[in-house]
Amino acid sequence: MKIILKQVLILNPEQKLNQKSDLLINDGIIEKIDGLNETDFKSSKVFDFDNKVCSPGFFDMHVHLREPGREDEETVETGSNAAASGGFTGIACMPNTDPSIDSAEIIRFIKEKAKDHLVDVYPVAAATLARKGEALSPMYELFEAGAVAFSDDGVAIKNAGVLRNALEYSLNFGTPIIEHCEDESMAEGAMNEGLISTTLGLPGIPKVAEDLVVIRDIMLAEFTGGKVHIAHISSKKSVELVRQAKKNNINVTAEVTPHHFTLTDDLLKSYDTNYKMNPPLRTRADIEAMIEGLKDGTIDCIASDHAPHAIEEKEMEFIFAPNGIIGLETELSLVMSELVHKKHLTISQVINKMAINPRKILNIPIPRIKIGEVANLTIFDPDLIWTVDVNKFKSKAKNSPFDKRLMTGKSIAVINKGKMFFEDQFTAI
Amino acid sequence: MSLSNRHLLGLNGVPKEDIQLILDTATTFREVLERPIKKVPTLQGKTIVNLFYEDSTRTRISFELAQKRLSADTINFSTSTSSVKKGETFKDTVRNIEAMKVDMIVVRHKSAGVPQYLTRISKANIINAGDGLHEHPTQGLLDMYSIKERLGRLEGLKVCIVGDIAHSRVALSNIFGLRSMGAVVSVCGPTTMIPFGIESLGVKIFTNIDEAIAKNDVLNVLRIQLERNAGTRIPSLREYHKYFGITSDRIEKFNKEIVILHPGPINRGVELSSEVADGPYQVILDQVTNGVAVRMAVLYLLGTMH
Repeated sequence: MKIILKQVLILNPEQKLNQKSDLLINDGIIEKIDGLNETDFKSSKVFDFDNKVCSPGFFDMHVHLREPGREDEETVETGSNAAASGGFTGIACMPNTDPSIDSAEIIRFIKEKAKDHLVDVYPVAAATLARKGEALSPMYELFEAGAVAFSDDGVAIKNAGVLRNALEYSLNFGTPIIEHCEDESMAEGAMNEGLISTTLGLPGIPKVAEDLVVIRDIMLAEFTGGKVHIAHISSKKSVELVRQAKKNNINVTAEVTPHHFTLTDDLLKSYDTNYKMNPPLRTRADIEAMIEGLKDGTIDCIASDHAPHAIEEKEMEFIFAPNGIIGLETELSLVMSELVHKKHLTISQVINKMAINPRKILNIPIPRIKIGEVANLTIFDPDLIWTVDVNKFKSKAKNSPFDKRLMTGKSIAVINKGKMFFEDQFTAI
Repeated sequence: MSLSNRHLLGLNGVPKEDIQLILDTATTFREVLERPIKKVPTLQGKTIVNLFYEDSTRTRISFELAQKRLSADTINFSTSTSSVKKGETFKDTVRNIEAMKVDMIVVRHKSAGVPQYLTRISKANIINAGDGLHEHPTQGLLDMYSIKERLGRLEGLKVCIVGDIAHSRVALSNIFGLRSMGAVVSVCGPTTMIPFGIESLGVKIFTNIDEAIAKNDVLNVLRIQLERNAGTRIPSLREYHKYFGITSDRIEKFNKEIVILHPGPINRGVELSSEVADGPYQVILDQVTNGVAVRMAVLYLLGTMH
């Protein structure tokens, strides 16, 4: 089947593309860029995407799919649907499932579940068995089965010696270790430690709990030469530590979530558990540091930390409620609303941080918008104004603090593997 | 005269007029408590549930007595296990109780924010009887009542809260309430027990207990939680007593009048020596009596709002 994306603004900083063109896709392969004739138009399904941006498909490298174990909260399929709806053609899923992703069988199980979906799903495997922080998982075998990175996400790898070994062992196959940076001995709180936690009587988690593990991990990356990727960075000091490390050519990268550059801890005054996450929401000064870090390249990419929870689990007394929010279907819009329209980032920078860099970090091929290549594309409208309605999400979960929020910018369609998601439907193209 | 809010969730943001009204109303009920027949028909026909998710003896008894003396029908629901372990969610429990048609809920819970959460899932008037490390507003009110009873005023008085401020819901309610009534509030304790940013609430910090005694009119001495602190935030109870315990020697050194409060239960020999706990400066048992009157006032004012 042939489709034409008419008059899209093709943007790809990686290929230095910035042009308004007609794009002809035949059976999922890019066949023509401009130079389309009348026959092409007659024989194709035409999508009038005038002034919509067309970029290499977006990639979210921090997603919790909950399968296996908590299929009531999310599955590989529903999470992938949410990803497609949010404008992503690829995601990396985290290993804190039940059982955790620490065997090749589970990698194969997930890849099998995902194989016919438009969205590419790349598992991140546990760095240690059952994420206990003790014995290394069979990393080489997991890598061979398809793991693109290793992490004990949910917690940091507790023991510095174990992290050292994980970093050194992974040098054989070049994958990064993704770290949830938090010192456990200071992390028994429910929100950011500060004046607000004092006033609300909620136990706090100080920023230094994050900073300490960030500096430990940077030092071990330098020592071993291994790659450390800092997940969901949230503290100002941590951004500064990563900035300095990069200046010293240490192999460290970092991601930030939309909620950590959008929301602050004073929202907890409502005791709404949709503001309970880990790392916790910080302060205005931290948000400014996140934006500065995104601008100067200290923070390489944006990831959702999409964390689905059942309604009855999230709707609970505050200290008992689980951490985390879903994010796949609001991520691009928050990036547009909070970063692009506020003139912090250009759309090209966004494409770098949402399509190019995550794949570079995980050694995944970067889609090219070029004749003969597979069409792996995200088409989005940076200016579309819409209101979030969690009931319309493709995700099984509804735990989002952004419900009813007015947003500017939205994904229109994604194309990958000969499939298209457009107007709430998947079709073969 | 009526209160500006149909719930009592905390003293943060409660206007001075409301606090004044509660304290004035409590004076009336305090007088009722001295009568041979200590019962008034004010809340006849009202149903109140005491929802206690955390162990409590005196607060629950105090509320229950206050309710009985106002002729309300009271039900006690006490459980020390969290809803997580119990298998039924907190929300389901509350909705079941609500379906039996109750007018007011008095709630104590280990998690801060539960009273606020209750206002979203229930139509009843909500009274916070202590939520996590957040607030314990009726304790704050009875402390203020007791100070006023002894010293005749609150405005301009210097009140120091001594002990584990970071793990106290009593401290925050005292800070908010006393400051709104014009008192000068300070805290004193080991720095590990002073929460982040407390100065931003307009509170001075004393690091030395002798200085705190010298410069204040009132000490509100908090209970040191034995199980929670020894070995972590403080090396030992012995060391706490040595450097922060209130003893007769310490007080008499300054040869001044001072009022000592304690929310109970007392760890004798830790935060207070027995001589002080039973001595002339303390108003500890008055606090207990006043607690019933203050809670009657709160229940009455909320229960008769339109």
